Amino acid sequence: MKEITKITYREALKQGVREALQNDERVFLMGEDVGRYGGAFAVSKGLLQEFGEDKIMDVPLSESGFVGAGIGAAVAGMKPIVEVMTVNFGLLAMDQIVNNAATLLHMSGGQMNVPVVIRMGCGIGRQLAAQHSHSWEPLFAHIPGLIVLSAGTHEDARHMLAKALKSPDPVIVFEYTSMLNIEKEIPVNITRVDISKAKVRKVGKDISIITYGIGVYKCMDAANELASIGIDTEVVDLRILRPLDEETILASVSKTHKALIVEDAWKSVSISSEISARIMEKIFYELDAPVLRLAGVEVPIPYPLHLEDASVPQKNDIINAVKKMLNHD
Amino acid sequence: MKAEEGQHLLYQMQLIRRFEEKSAEQYTKAKIRGFLHLYIGEEAVAVGVIQALTDEDSILSTYREHGHALARGLSAESVMAEMYGKKEGCSMGRGGSMHLFDASKRFYGGNAIVSGHLPLAVGMALALKKQNKKNITCCFFGEGAAAEGEFHESMNLAALWNVPVLFVCENNLYAMGTALKYTHSILELEKKGMAYGIDSVAVDGMNLMAVINAANKAVTKIKKTGKPYFLVCNTYRFRAHSMFDAELYRDKSEVEEWKKRDPIAIFKKYLLQEKLTTEQEIAIIEARIESEVQRAVDFAESGTLESIEDLTKFVYSKKTEL
Ligand SMILES: Cc1ncc(C[n+]2csc(CCOP(=O)(O)OP(=O)(O)O)c2C)c(N)n1
Repeated sequence: MKEITKITYREALKQGVREALQNDERVFLMGEDVGRYGGAFAVSKGLLQEFGEDKIMDVPLSESGFVGAGIGAAVAGMKPIVEVMTVNFGLLAMDQIVNNAATLLHMSGGQMNVPVVIRMGCGIGRQLAAQHSHSWEPLFAHIPGLIVLSAGTHEDARHMLAKALKSPDPVIVFEYTSMLNIEKEIPVNITRVDISKAKVRKVGKDISIITYGIGVYKCMDAANELASIGIDTEVVDLRILRPLDEETILASVSKTHKALIVEDAWKSVSISSEISARIMEKIFYELDAPVLRLAGVEVPIPYPLHLEDASVPQKNDIINAVKKMLNHD
Repeated sequence: MKAEEGQHLLYQMQLIRRFEEKSAEQYTKAKIRGFLHLYIGEEAVAVGVIQALTDEDSILSTYREHGHALARGLSAESVMAEMYGKKEGCSMGRGGSMHLFDASKRFYGGNAIVSGHLPLAVGMALALKKQNKKNITCCFFGEGAAAEGEFHESMNLAALWNVPVLFVCENNLYAMGTALKYTHSILELEKKGMAYGIDSVAVDGMNLMAVINAANKAVTKIKKTGKPYFLVCNTYRFRAHSMFDAELYRDKSEVEEWKKRDPIAIFKKYLLQEKLTTEQEIAIIEARIESEVQRAVDFAESGTLESIEDLTKFVYSKKTEL
């Protein structure tokens, strides 16, 4: 029998961090407000008391500095989990991530590994306006040398970190702040996830809906509604954005012959444009219809709720797009 | 100080206080959403510094900027409407609490990336210098920001280029929940300015008269020399960092201790002592503020939401000619 437990996304993340700290002496967590404040999103609440200042390090506002220091500590034998509060501040650390984390192995001719894990909250959905609502997975997925993960489900939020810490190379983990309070059931007996693979979250035959991050539950909700009117969709959660698991994507589309790609990030030069291109390059003749993309509107995210909602694809947009592609009325 | 002047300053501080108390109320009613960072306790800094500026001087601030906006003369209506996300807001509703802008008043935000506006302030001052203007650029930020690389780069550039920036560090002792002593190796922040050869002074930010004196001196000096100046105002925020903060990082007793130094109470006492006002006059000011704040709420309530068709407005200028 499958045992199930109910857990919030926040608690799932926290258990992941806690387990990592328990399992490996080399692991420590560093980030702004991770200790005394309890984590900007309360993910690390109580961990300072449990593990002490050596393991839970509050750092000054200095993203370039402390991310760079995390990279340095990784080079020198530690296993830092660096929390950049949100991706919105991640660009201040971008130079360290791109020019150090992602390149040291290569520049040193394979001599230097950078086993750092950088966690970042991200996403839209809390009316935080243009500077605090970014979906920048594509920016990071652009960089060779990085492994980019996206925790679109509670199960991944719980288990991704352990796998990420096994990587000899730098891993960026995107976590979705609008999901923190959401409770879901996850299986108890599954204790690891295969982060090198995309995951088919729902098997179906009529169309492949390919998505990641915040899109996963949105697409699952849409898929369930579509099922009630007889449309059988397959939902693929990319989960690893670099390197892309092309095999799973292409297998799904080769089966359904139709692909809808859904993401919150701005549409141009995005994950969806990359996947669309790969489908075209590799399995063009499998397609029964042009690939369709639903993505973020090309506008800095506005503050008012109605405009914010209109900036990214919603469940109904997904339902309508699927119906349109299947000529269903 | 003239009575009228003193009363106006009291009015400004009290307006900020009441406006923000009302904002917090409206936030709990979900009329205001997103992040809301209150300035309560720090009013003497914005009011004391901004009174030293002329309308031609520019101001940049952080996400904790309601006080600066009001002290600059943005109307309570336009700020409240902005926080309601209404078209009548000072940023058309697009920005919300953290992004108040009014170019006509040379109020240039409302920046929510900590320290992101410091280089901007240096650049604006550089432009003033290149244009041979006598105005200055005033830039407010927290002590948390002073740990960022951009702070240090900006200080160096401003000093190197001799540009007229007034850097005002509002040291409220906490960057979110992390205390000064956990984020800075040197607690006398003014020393950081000195390291770049910038005139740097620390002042009691809970005492309006002290801030006024320090700010007036600073502005006079900048206008005379054209050089940057670093003013550290030591202050305290009475409220949580934002509406999401459980305040696990400080004792209630510490907050209570600081509340004894409430800048508004101190200044009121000073005005009364100096016979620059009376209890009756204060009551009149407070009544005026009550109705002004209520008008702001009414104005915001009756404002309009932009149409979704206009979503992609303001991404490029109307006429982009390339
Ligand atoms: C670059 C960046 N990093 C982190 C944050 C998240 N954050 C917002 S406010 C804040 C604390 C800033 O403290 P301080 O500069 O002292 O200003 P205060 O809020 O006390 O006015 C933090 C960490 C941010 N907005 N920008």
